[in-house]
Amino acid sequence: MIARVLRSMGARTLDGLWRLGFASRFFVAVLMRSGTAFSRFSLTIREVFSTGVLSLIIIMVSGFFVGLVLGLQGYETLQRYGSSEALGILVALSLVRELGPVVAGLLFASRAGSALTAEIGLMKTTEQLKAMDMMAVDPIARVVAPRFWGGVISMPLLAALFSMMGVFGAWFIGVVFIGVDDGAFWSQMQASVDFRYDIVNGIIKSVVFGFAVSLIAVFEGYDSAPTAEGVSRAITRTVVNSALTILALDFVLTSFMFRGNG
Amino acid sequence: MSLSPPAEDILVDLKNVDFAYDTRPILSGINLRIPRGKLVAIMGGSGCGKTTLLRLIGGQLKPTAGHLTVDGQELARLSRREMYAARRRMGMLFQFGALFTDLNVFDNVAFPLREHTDLPPDMIRDLVMTKLHAVGLRGAWKLMPAELSGGMARRVALARAVALDPMLIMYDEPFAGLDPISLAVVGQLIRRLNDALGASSIMVTHDVHESLEIVDYLYFLSAGKVVAEGTPDEIRASTDPFVHQFVNAEIDGPLPFHFPGDDYRTTLMETHA
Repeated sequence: MIARVLRSMGARTLDGLWRLGFASRFFVAVLMRSGTAFSRFSLTIREVFSTGVLSLIIIMVSGFFVGLVLGLQGYETLQRYGSSEALGILVALSLVRELGPVVAGLLFASRAGSALTAEIGLMKTTEQLKAMDMMAVDPIARVVAPRFWGGVISMPLLAALFSMMGVFGAWFIGVVFIGVDDGAFWSQMQASVDFRYDIVNGIIKSVVFGFAVSLIAVFEGYDSAPTAEGVSRAITRTVVNSALTILALDFVLTSFMFRGNG
Repeated sequence: MSLSPPAEDILVDLKNVDFAYDTRPILSGINLRIPRGKLVAIMGGSGCGKTTLLRLIGGQLKPTAGHLTVDGQELARLSRREMYAARRRMGMLFQFGALFTDLNVFDNVAFPLREHTDLPPDMIRDLVMTKLHAVGLRGAWKLMPAELSGGMARRVALARAVALDPMLIMYDEPFAGLDPISLAVVGQLIRRLNDALGASSIMVTHDVHESLEIVDYLYFLSAGKVVAEGTPDEIRASTDPFVHQFVNAEIDGPLPFHFPGDDYRTTLMETHA
């Protein structure tokens, strides 16, 4: 019994390590064969459209609702201490530092990441990647790399839009409905949000999340078993692994970025 | 009669080729020659290694032993760049066409031309229309793959496979799932395109009767080995038990009906134990 459990654990660990090694080699191959994604930039732009533009609605609507909730919760807490004018700071810092990149990353993984995995996985299942390879067209350069870079470019833009809509939502509920002073809301926000430590660090996070989610999505699609069940499992792995990776990377990045800077 | 033209007329040459997935042998000791300009069929039951053999010839797999040359080049020794240069002179028709589902018929056929040439759009249009006309689908250029029947998809894939006028065309089960009319159309197209392009063709199939009508030579594979070969007339007259079973679609023979397993009686006794 114990031997069987140990054997199973060992097999899973080895399998995990093997996949990690394969994913690393795949990542290097994608980077090395990214020439086409830039020399024929229209291929990448098309992917920015399908991963970025088509994710706009879910990102903007979610950002707006998160802003509404932040505005309500923030006002509820701040007014107990008589500092409801600080609502703008609270909302902006929460969104720009954390919620923008993290929630936009999670939404990006579930909307665009899963679509990337499904598309590449189905191309593999229907032998389209093999056909391309037989036509002397490298599928990693022609299919994977443009999708990867399309995701990397889209993610920070979506995170910025998420934060913008969140701030708008908080302003809408706080200023328009509750009656927080409009001038105080914006001026305190401007005075307290630091470009280098808050906004740039938020952008760095969203770029890192974009790399991670896009890589996971294209890798899972490319590595999926060429069956309906295999593609379905790959999509699930994309969403789960992306979410865990985003949260773990967020902790690591936050611990480096904001150490000693409040 | 065997295929023994001068060496320079042999396009594909396999000498004692073995292939195994890990430790599981798939092909062993394969000797096979495809002369230039000929249409050759590779036949055998499901799982006998036919498609694996085609993938070896296309360079998608490497032999574990033996020598495989295409146009004098040993594929296993080529770098990725050299392999792609060799594949530009090959065309392959996949079992279900493998058309790009996000591109329409025209763009599917234009794909290899756009990827590998700098031809102006007008010339690409003319070439694509010529290829589509050859397969009888010029009028379907706007359709998406989802709007095509199985036979039409196969013909579009055929037009795409010959877009760059290859020297070698490979067909993986080109007749699978086709109605009798589509099957005859695809069969005749394969023969006509081979002759018109002056190419060599390798067709993996288990459709005996259609193959006997159109090919120049046949190889029979069983359990990863070449067990019989000959011209269509030789195959029709063959008394080889394997060929006889295959050509006459007999249920049992050298190809057993039952997958190897334990003794039937023992299995039943175990169930009741």
